[in-house]
Amino acid sequence: MLSIKNLHASIEDKEILKGINLEVKAGEVHAIMGPNGAGKSTLSSIIAGNENYEVTQGEINLEGEDISELAPEERAHKGVFLSFQYPVEIPGVSVTNFMKTSINETRKANGQEEMPANEMLKLIREKSELLEIDRKFLSRSLNEGFSGGEKKRNEIFQMAMLNPKLAILDETDSGLDIDALRIVANGVNKLKSKDNAVIVITHYQRLLEYIVPDFVHVLYDGKIVKSGGKELALELEEKGYDWIKQEQEA
Amino acid sequence: MELKEKLIASFMAFEENVDVNADLHDIRTSAIKNFETKGFPTKKEESWKYTSLNTILKNDFSVFPKKDNAIEFKDVKKFFLNDVDTYKVIFIDGIFSSYLSSTTHDGLDVCLMSSALTKPKYKMIIDTFFNQVASKEESLTTLNTAFANEGAYINIPKSKVVEKPIEIIYFSTGNEAALMVQPRNLIIVGENAHVQIIERHQSLNENPVLTNSVTEIFAQKRAIVDYYKIQNDLQSSNLVDNTYIAQKQESRVAVHTFSFGGNITRNNLNFYHQGERIDSTLKGITIIGDKQHVDHYTLVQHATPNCESHQNYKTILNDSSTGVFNGKIFVEKEAQKTDAFQQNNNILLSDKATINAKPQLEIFADDVKCSHGCTIGQLDENAMFYMQQRGIPKKEAKALLMYAFTSEVTSSIKIPELKIKIAKIIATKLGVNLGFDL
Repeated sequence: MLSIKNLHASIEDKEILKGINLEVKAGEVHAIMGPNGAGKSTLSSIIAGNENYEVTQGEINLEGEDISELAPEERAHKGVFLSFQYPVEIPGVSVTNFMKTSINETRKANGQEEMPANEMLKLIREKSELLEIDRKFLSRSLNEGFSGGEKKRNEIFQMAMLNPKLAILDETDSGLDIDALRIVANGVNKLKSKDNAVIVITHYQRLLEYIVPDFVHVLYDGKIVKSGGKELALELEEKGYDWIKQEQEA
Repeated sequence: MELKEKLIASFMAFEENVDVNADLHDIRTSAIKNFETKGFPTKKEESWKYTSLNTILKNDFSVFPKKDNAIEFKDVKKFFLNDVDTYKVIFIDGIFSSYLSSTTHDGLDVCLMSSALTKPKYKMIIDTFFNQVASKEESLTTLNTAFANEGAYINIPKSKVVEKPIEIIYFSTGNEAALMVQPRNLIIVGENAHVQIIERHQSLNENPVLTNSVTEIFAQKRAIVDYYKIQNDLQSSNLVDNTYIAQKQESRVAVHTFSFGGNITRNNLNFYHQGERIDSTLKGITIIGDKQHVDHYTLVQHATPNCESHQNYKTILNDSSTGVFNGKIFVEKEAQKTDAFQQNNNILLSDKATINAKPQLEIFADDVKCSHGCTIGQLDENAMFYMQQRGIPKKEAKALLMYAFTSEVTSSIKIPELKIKIAKIIATKLGVNLGFDL
């Protein structure tokens, strides 16, 4: 699914990623953990194509195709989805209208007809039920005045609508209370299949109790310094990130 | 002959040709004298610092259209608010078109300034209201007063809620090589009355036009006035819009100005408070490109206690276009508990576009709430990335973001058909089809 090789990236001449290697196969869930400032959000942003970062070396392959030169929307059309840590507010554009535009632009790019209105409505109904979203919520301006939890739930709703091949959840657990966390995790788990993959980026182990990863990677100072199974997350929770830092600096 | 001389020379002939009473004659004569002394405004004046009329004034404008020009409805249908029944007061090259209009005297007056100015039955109203709030100092306003003859006359009696919006449209055919028109509108909205008005100036071909328009609006106690100005003209057209509004207690007046096209557009929008608990709203969206120029010059004169004013102007400038926002809020000593708000946000899409923004607050009362905010920026890159990440291409994402930027203004349009029309014009300006009705 996703194969990242020796990825180096910088912003304003400051190197943030210093040689990332990562293999994610279809059907897998990977967690990327690490202390603040390790480069976790940068990595997710770069996979999604944020043009503020410059990729100086390496490759990002999606299903065998190098996507590192593609625009963000082109990557989205190929099935990359990023759930934002800080979703942006768009006043005057309802959640429903935003999703219609998003879905139909994606279909257009893939040579498909626009989704018929009744099909769209059915999809919206189904996915809003999955995320336990009130229908009234869908006619509100996108993210405007939403609470932190509502924004995150709305991100996963959009993910459900778009049904991506590769979903990257960037700190989706932050700002969620325990009930919302369960709803969001349940949504993600229901969307998981043998054909797609999920990367969960998180600082804490909490979310991983609900979305159980197959692999856990520790990102520190722009590199993956440790990889393991789900038990690595527990170890990090127990020991904190200091032992990683000490190990690296030793 | 320069335009100023031409106008002064033609004043005598103009006065001889129209049948006016002595009072009106005196008003016009002192108005032309004021214009003669002051002339056209220049950049030397503080209030015209960023807008020069020099290049326009070089045109050899006809100041009186030669004949009655006819146009077919089908050719101008798109400039009307279709899908909804409206009263219409329509002018072609400054002359009333009965064919395109739909006026009334049934329970309210929606008709012509020329009849109001000359027919005896309107004399009392004209004496009470005409030229009472319009400036007697500002040169272009007095120029208009000197030639005031035709325009819309609207009088809504007490407690009348006008069900249909009123459209006032001034068409220029371009049959003249260059045309100057000076429409004069008088609008009186009685106690507890409610009216919605749409005003538009539209050229039909590329011959230069200069419109110097004056509108006086009187909102009596608890009257509600929703006024919309659509400025989406050709790039050969120039507009100086002078609007003066006098509000009595508890009245609510909102003016929305949509500036999407024209060569030079100057909006002088003035609100005067004459009672307590008045509410004034001034909102605008400007979206221009090429070398177009739009200047919003607003004044809210808070003279009485417990009144509110809300201003919100959004500007998007592309290419080498220039924008000006000068918002003056004046709070007199007596105007305690004033709540005055002013917001002006500008987006520059090109390195060559320029905005001059100048909030001016003069406050002489000590117990007031006044706030103003002004931003100038480019489109938010995070928001762009967010939308692109959801598969929306750059161009559409940009348009959606600009639409979102203007939504604080479009959201308060009270006529649904107009809201759709404005959204469509915005989408066209932004060059996109967003796939849903905004």
